Amino acid sequence: MNTPLSWIKAYVPELQCTDQEYVDAMTMSGTKVESYVRLDNNLSNIVVGEILSIEKHKDADKLIVCQVDIGKETVQIVTGATNVKEGDKVPVVLEGGRVAGGHDGSPLPEKGIEIKKGKLRGIESFGMMCSIEELGSTREMYPDAPKEGIYIFPKETKIGEDAIEVLGLHDTVFEHEITLNRVDCYSVLGIAREAAATFCKPFLPPKVEVKGNGENIHDYISVEVEAPDLCSRYCARVCKNIKIGPSPQWMQRRLAASGIRPINNLVDITNYVMEEYGQPMHAFDLDRIEDRKIIVKRAEEGEEFQTLDGQVRKMDRDILMICDGKKKIGIGGIMGGENSKITEKVTTVLFEAATFHGPNIRKSAKRIGLRTDASSKFEKGLDPHRAEEAINRACALIEELGYGEVVGGMVDVCQPFKESVRIPFYPEKINKLLGVNLSKEEMLGYLERGEFVYEKETGEILVPNFRQDVEGMADLAEEVARFYGYDNIPLSLPRGEATTGKLSFKLRIEELAREVAEFCGFSQAMWYSFESPKVFDKLLLPEDSPFRKAIRISNPLGEDFSIMRTISLNGILTSLAMNYNRRNENVRLYEMGNIYLPKQLPLTELPEERMEFTLGMYGEGDFFTMKGVVEEFLEKAGMNKKAKYDKNAGKPFLHPGRQANILYESGIIGFLGEIHPEVCEHYEMKTKVYVAVLDMPEIVAKASFDRKYRGIAKYPAVIRDISMVMKKGIQAGQIEDIIEQRGGNLLESYTLFDIYEGSQIKEGYKSLAYSITFRAKDRTLEENDVQKAMKKIVNGLQQLGVELRQ
Amino acid sequence: MKDRLQRMKEEALKQIRSSDKLEKLNEVKVNFLGKKGELTAVLKSMKDVAPEDRPKVGQMVNDVRAELEKVLEDAKKKMERFLREEQMKREEIDVTLPAKKRNVGHRHPNTIALEEVERIFVGMGYEVVEGPEVELDYYNFEALNVPAEHPAKDEQDTFFIGNNILLRTQTSPVQVREMEKGKLPIRMIAPGRVFRSDEVDATHSPSFHQVEGLVIDKDITFGDLKGTLAEFAKELFGENTKVKFRPHHFPFTEPSAEVDVTCFKCGGKGCRFCKGSGWIEILGCGMVHPKVLKMSGIDPEEYAGFAFGVGLERIALLKYEIDDMRLLYENDIRFLKQF
Repeated sequence: MNTPLSWIKAYVPELQCTDQEYVDAMTMSGTKVESYVRLDNNLSNIVVGEILSIEKHKDADKLIVCQVDIGKETVQIVTGATNVKEGDKVPVVLEGGRVAGGHDGSPLPEKGIEIKKGKLRGIESFGMMCSIEELGSTREMYPDAPKEGIYIFPKETKIGEDAIEVLGLHDTVFEHEITLNRVDCYSVLGIAREAAATFCKPFLPPKVEVKGNGENIHDYISVEVEAPDLCSRYCARVCKNIKIGPSPQWMQRRLAASGIRPINNLVDITNYVMEEYGQPMHAFDLDRIEDRKIIVKRAEEGEEFQTLDGQVRKMDRDILMICDGKKKIGIGGIMGGENSKITEKVTTVLFEAATFHGPNIRKSAKRIGLRTDASSKFEKGLDPHRAEEAINRACALIEELGYGEVVGGMVDVCQPFKESVRIPFYPEKINKLLGVNLSKEEMLGYLERGEFVYEKETGEILVPNFRQDVEGMADLAEEVARFYGYDNIPLSLPRGEATTGKLSFKLRIEELAREVAEFCGFSQAMWYSFESPKVFDKLLLPEDSPFRKAIRISNPLGEDFSIMRTISLNGILTSLAMNYNRRNENVRLYEMGNIYLPKQLPLTELPEERMEFTLGMYGEGDFFTMKGVVEEFLEKAGMNKKAKYDKNAGKPFLHPGRQANILYESGIIGFLGEIHPEVCEHYEMKTKVYVAVLDMPEIVAKASFDRKYRGIAKYPAVIRDISMVMKKGIQAGQIEDIIEQRGGNLLESYTLFDIYEGSQIKEGYKSLAYSITFRAKDRTLEENDVQKAMKKIVNGLQQLGVELRQ
Repeated sequence: MKDRLQRMKEEALKQIRSSDKLEKLNEVKVNFLGKKGELTAVLKSMKDVAPEDRPKVGQMVNDVRAELEKVLEDAKKKMERFLREEQMKREEIDVTLPAKKRNVGHRHPNTIALEEVERIFVGMGYEVVEGPEVELDYYNFEALNVPAEHPAKDEQDTFFIGNNILLRTQTSPVQVREMEKGKLPIRMIAPGRVFRSDEVDATHSPSFHQVEGLVIDKDITFGDLKGTLAEFAKELFGENTKVKFRPHHFPFTEPSAEVDVTCFKCGGKGCRFCKGSGWIEILGCGMVHPKVLKMSGIDPEEYAGFAFGVGLERIALLKYEIDDMRLLYENDIRFLKQF
């Protein structure tokens, strides 16, 4: 909401403040000022002058030499302007003065332009006559300015006066941020009322009085509202013998300063009243309304209607139409129709001021793609009292300014008003909520500034009708607090019983995962929860893959953000690909984020959200590097049993020979592998990429921070190396299972120290060598103990078809 | 005999002094003190000495041996020290050569900011809790005093999934879920991902993070809210940070406020960073609306509370002076490495 200070002061005449004081005080009382612009920024030393004489420049065809009377003296000014003549009154910037910009209307320089005296082709010039652009404005906002050249004042303007003042540019326009609860403040009167309350000055709204011409409106028009749910009030008044022309300067200036282009008196009055009261109005040409009848009803499904911007739009049953006896003439609250548009020839005008259902207007405007100044006001849900006040104000202006006569009376089709709100007043509760100690009188003082009334007999506060947002004690507390000053409320800390600050176990395990990942060289990535369904194809998931059962967003930002991810890989792969593309070497990333698994589609209950710990890397390292990271994490998470790896993971996006499910206590807790080369191609990466995904709910269920000291071995260990040859298909894991199962309780550990395939080994076979450590807790081992254990292991290995090498 | 010993000693000392290698010293030792050494020879020739002189001569031999041993030992130590120093001189390295690093990974700035926030509030006795990201309309709006058709619902540009299921637009629904559990008092923060249908640009993202805070107890005041957030701001942005509470509106709090902190770049004097105002907006807050308490089964006559919501990305962008929000979701390693 952009509001000029001059307009606010019209209702708060005693308001005296600098711009910054206004910004600070209003912001701290709840009407935040986002920014402000001084209209006379860079304008100085500009007066009204009268051109006494014009002579041709002797050395330049395109220049003229003017003698200009500026009151105290006459100055000589050389100009190239062609629109001035003797006797014109013009803005003259004197030597040392400043203008906002150049005459071509290009963007204004930050500090304006200083005017110095100088010689133009040998003739001295002591200043400059200005166009409206040089004064920092535009012809749109000053429709009386000539198409080209110097701005010319009306004849009656006084010579020597401050031209900036005459143009109404000694003003500041404040941009207010209005919160949703303060519908009343989407109007100059609302802001002025807040300003009056903030600065403790009297608020003087306009006194509205319509005389009327003695005729009866009911002889002119009748109104029927068939959809009272969408239109709770419809007021209509008629003005006749309308004379279209420009509106008065003061009105044009206020509209222009608010960013509204002055058009003509009729349009300007409806716009002016809309700004002033926050109530949009519409003006119909009564002669174009058939049967002298207004009907407010829902549109037919699918019917078309041409709005006054010339566009044909398709309507539906939830859109409210304004109709006459025969046809539709406007979309209620959004835009009038082409067929009842006011033209210059209008003589009789029907004013409409109605209260439409806010949410319906909002939704309708969205559906037909037409959000107008009017609809953006209506959608907030207006107070029905405003309709009557606004229509009367408009008619009064028509009368006062002599633009026509007002037919007596008003047609008013109105639903009963909401009862005014009363709130029991308990000052001690307000003190308790705010943490202050104000007297009842002090509180009432603040409340009365906002036009709240205290009723002694009942001890209740009566809420003014324009404050539809105030319902209870907490609202009153806010009113008190904002005028007492949020700043003045003393700081304190909650007392009461102590509570334990902590992170949940799940969050602690996630934190641990981050630590391990980072220690292993992985940096944390973040990715979106929604992505494109194309991801499934990129990951080579078959048509019937359960991953494709994803939740769809009904109003996504686009196909690329349209489904909730069911698999976490795309984020890491996209991020790795971006890094690869930017030639970053050896990149390791991890992500901790949810996947969303619907229990059924379409969704009838909330989906399962599973936190996935996803790691991805390219460059240095391989499958086993990734496996190492996984195991480091499991160990740190207190999962000390051995994880198993099942190569039959069946992940289509991974290399078929280089993938595994990760099993812990025989449950799958994740998978890892090398990305399938075709998938790499889809992500435009010409490198090997390794990933691991750990399913955090599984991890959290099995993790533990409990640790038990197991003692440090006191007795010596016995180490036996064993070297064997076996078919390639036998996995190291199978060998290790046998060592573990058969090693007995003397087995302490084992490590693979050699793996070989090649010339010394027969085709299709490989050699593995393990070093096995035995130790007893309570004694030094004897050769016999170790031999027994080794024999068991060797027997087991032989059953698997493994040959021992000597 | 005495003279012989004296000469031998002189000779030995001379040889020791002229030794420049450990081997030489050893040689001297062997030559004089060894089994076949000269001093041993003297001892062996004791049979030629008159028996009454033998103790005297024996004493003399021992004295010479002791002296030589000591001198030899000292010379050896000196030489060893010299040699070690020589070796270390050769071993000198260029300490300015590059370090061998482990290339530890880096945490995302959002997480670093979140951990800071968590640390501050956990220290004040707050529990960190979570709630679902795909949420029921009831929790995201209705139970927060945003009934159907309320304009705030539109303003938040919600992603909808079905009739009553949506992507949460704020972390505030976690407040309601926590209150519904019925365990009082409550001191919690709820960090998490939220969604709004904003196109991606330098200051917007359709998915970002908030941290919600909620305190419910008897006798909680607006002053407590101010005090708590003032502490928070000081911890997060530095001891000299001041806070300003401006009246604002949120449907689920009353009274409501927005909070500005003094610009940490200019300290409040006004600079480009804070657009000249000296203040930077960081969060919204207020006293929990009595309707919200009531809907969650808490008696507003007995209990009161405050709530606040901080945008995590906003904190991260401000604190680490990141000028484009897109960087946070791009995961360029050159960006991440800076944290």
